[in-house]
Amino acid sequence: MNKVTLNIDGKEVEAEEGKTILEAARVVGIHIPTLCYNEKLAPYGACRFCTVEVTKNGRSKLVVSCVYQVEDGLVVKTATPKVIKTRKMILELMLGSAPALKELAKEYGIEKPRFKSEVTQCILCGQCVRYCAEVKGANALTFVGRGVNRRVAFVNEVVSKGVCMDCRQCYGVCPTGKIPRETDGAYFGGNLVSDVLAKSKHK
Amino acid sequence: MEKKRQQILSQRDPNKPCVTICSGTGCHALGSDKVAEAFASEIAKNGLKDKVDVRRTGCHGFCERGPIVVIFPEEICYLGIKAADVHDVVSQTLAKKQLVDRLLYKDAGGNTVAHEGDIPFYKFQKRIVFGSNRLIDPKSIDDYIALGGYAALAKSLFKMKPEQVLQAVKKANLRGRGGGGFPAGVKWQTTRDAPGDIKYVIVNADEGDPGAFMDRSLLEGNPHSVLEGLIIGAYAIGAHEGFIYVRQEYPLAVENVSVALEQARKYGLLGKNILGSGFDFDVKIHRGAGAFVSGESSALMTAIEGKVGEPRPKYIRTAVSGVWERPSNLNNVETWANVPLIIGKGADWFTGIGTPGSKGTKIFSLVGKVNNTGLVEVPMGMTLRDIIYKIGGGIPKDKKFKAVQTGGPSGGCLPESLLNLPVDFDELTKAGSMMGSGGMIVMDEDTCMVDVARYFLNFLADESCGKCVPCRLGIEQMVEVLNRICQGKGQKGDIELLEELCEVARDASLCALGQTAPNPVLSTIRYFRDEYEAHIDRKRCPAGVCKSLVSYYIDPQKCSACGICLRKCPVEAISGGKNLVHIIDQSKCTKCRTCFEVCPPRFSAVVRISGEPVPAAVPKGTEVARKKGTQE
Repeated sequence: MNKVTLNIDGKEVEAEEGKTILEAARVVGIHIPTLCYNEKLAPYGACRFCTVEVTKNGRSKLVVSCVYQVEDGLVVKTATPKVIKTRKMILELMLGSAPALKELAKEYGIEKPRFKSEVTQCILCGQCVRYCAEVKGANALTFVGRGVNRRVAFVNEVVSKGVCMDCRQCYGVCPTGKIPRETDGAYFGGNLVSDVLAKSKHK
Repeated sequence: MEKKRQQILSQRDPNKPCVTICSGTGCHALGSDKVAEAFASEIAKNGLKDKVDVRRTGCHGFCERGPIVVIFPEEICYLGIKAADVHDVVSQTLAKKQLVDRLLYKDAGGNTVAHEGDIPFYKFQKRIVFGSNRLIDPKSIDDYIALGGYAALAKSLFKMKPEQVLQAVKKANLRGRGGGGFPAGVKWQTTRDAPGDIKYVIVNADEGDPGAFMDRSLLEGNPHSVLEGLIIGAYAIGAHEGFIYVRQEYPLAVENVSVALEQARKYGLLGKNILGSGFDFDVKIHRGAGAFVSGESSALMTAIEGKVGEPRPKYIRTAVSGVWERPSNLNNVETWANVPLIIGKGADWFTGIGTPGSKGTKIFSLVGKVNNTGLVEVPMGMTLRDIIYKIGGGIPKDKKFKAVQTGGPSGGCLPESLLNLPVDFDELTKAGSMMGSGGMIVMDEDTCMVDVARYFLNFLADESCGKCVPCRLGIEQMVEVLNRICQGKGQKGDIELLEELCEVARDASLCALGQTAPNPVLSTIRYFRDEYEAHIDRKRCPAGVCKSLVSYYIDPQKCSACGICLRKCPVEAISGGKNLVHIIDQSKCTKCRTCFEVCPPRFSAVVRISGEPVPAAVPKGTEVARKKGTQE
């Protein structure tokens, strides 16, 4: 593997070609916050919380560090005022529907969110969906709907075969704790697990 | 190819009269089928069957006045023709070479214009891409070849190396007509140079902008021009497989493209060893399920793979890693249709048209509050004013122009002060709008710009795939704020809040849908800030559109108790009687503005009030004040 050298927050960092900025930063102990990132899963780039500012050929732009790959000579800044402002707004937007992010929001100085949304506690990071597909290979979870109506739901045809009974691995990846807190007996993306299981042949 | 063309031409007499009937989707809806049938039977009745050809062509563009018939070789253009008119056209124009005046275009002075090319709508256009539509039957490959079609492909395959074709497209500086304006040649080069044996070329025909139909009409009317461009592109790039991604909702486009592919295969223009050149290439049609976001290149490619059409990060370009992670070159319908022209007539010819940064022409669908609705093709650099007034014929009912929105739902709204802006990629972007794929919506004085922004953001909120936060939740909150401003609940700081939301959506969204979604908001704030302020500070909608901010009131001094509004009010909110002043019950009124519209202009008693309190109603039973001499 070829190595490239980039600059992250003033630090010269050597990284293998094909690695992401996030991975390169973590190796040298530079913290970039994430929500939808999971090292076991393919880069997804949905929450945009790991946004950083890169400068290339004299031009700066915001990119998500969990997807953007390292390049020779790339200058990365992980905490410019623009980056912080962006992360703060993203967090504030999510906080409306996911009050569980309250503590994290406080770190960014958000006490009371200005936006109201339907409270689902789900930020649609898709970790559960992707973990179930990519690691577990079960594909028991999926997204349904579009835009603000996007939800995570069980794939009834899969769940009814009983694959979810003893797994519970999606509990561990949920960044808001929604799944472990609410799934047993509570709703999950509009589908009650108990309902789904009750309907299934494998009770 | 030339031999084939001569052979087709030898069977055709250029002086033989030919009736062409526009059968594009617009004219089709207006009954062009019946007109075509009437022509066939009238011509037979008059014994002209061997002397006149009838051809059903693609869209002519002047959709406002359809169905359209053009009679060749004189190019006499009849507009708004009905089956009942056909008898006169056949017996007078075809049989006796006389004009049917009532079906001709009339200018403002009432003078008739017979020749298509003299009609102002057409006169100021430059229809290099779209012009052939009116000459060919889209289901006839021979019609296309007769016009010189596929000659550019033959030239590419036998007289040019792939690199030379690529150089020509680069030299022509053909920029992507789908929205971004990215140089097609550079993209082609990237795909060509990308590692991998299997590469794809793709036609993006997932046109989804409200009110836009230029790609549809081009694909329906001249599918071979797009296909020829695609084959030439595949040759230059080194691709042997292609896709045409077309919306399922465009049945005529799907049908005509399917026919075109079949015919091209039969003529050896697709498949193995094209025209004996040794080059192999074939095309599949992929029917889109109709999601606006699937027009985004990475989402479209995901959809071709059979998954849900969601965008993915494009830090590595789709030109390098697209469909099934293979190099995939995607261009819009109109971009591909330009390619045969560039190869056929040369890059220098092409760069002779347009502005320094944007070459060639652009097709716009000119819609909204404009007299001549339709598809117009103009050289890059024509001013908005010329497009709207010279070609579009200005604003109906002598209303005042207010704004023009270019670039589809995520374009910007430009005010009157920018009407002299030359239309090209860079100028539109600088002004806070964009070229997009060529939507152009004209708005008159009765339009509320806050309401317009709200309308487009609502559309985008529905069409956002929901994957990334700045787009999904950012647009949702923009709609929230715009809704409350329109409802009269706007607060100080709402404009700044919108700007804040816009900035994050623009800078941090995953794909172009979210990145450009702020355009309608930012451009209306930039050019029509006073309207936002009126809504927020004075609870006033200057255009009188936002229902929550408008009241209707009957001026007792002007009301003549004619009873029209009273009878027409759908919710019975108006009381009164003979000789009694009519009064609107504000608690019942739904602000449908029916009374406002039906009150006879000689009274003009119904007034629209916004931003001010409604005057107290006169006591019930007040008699109307009649002027002397008007007593009945």
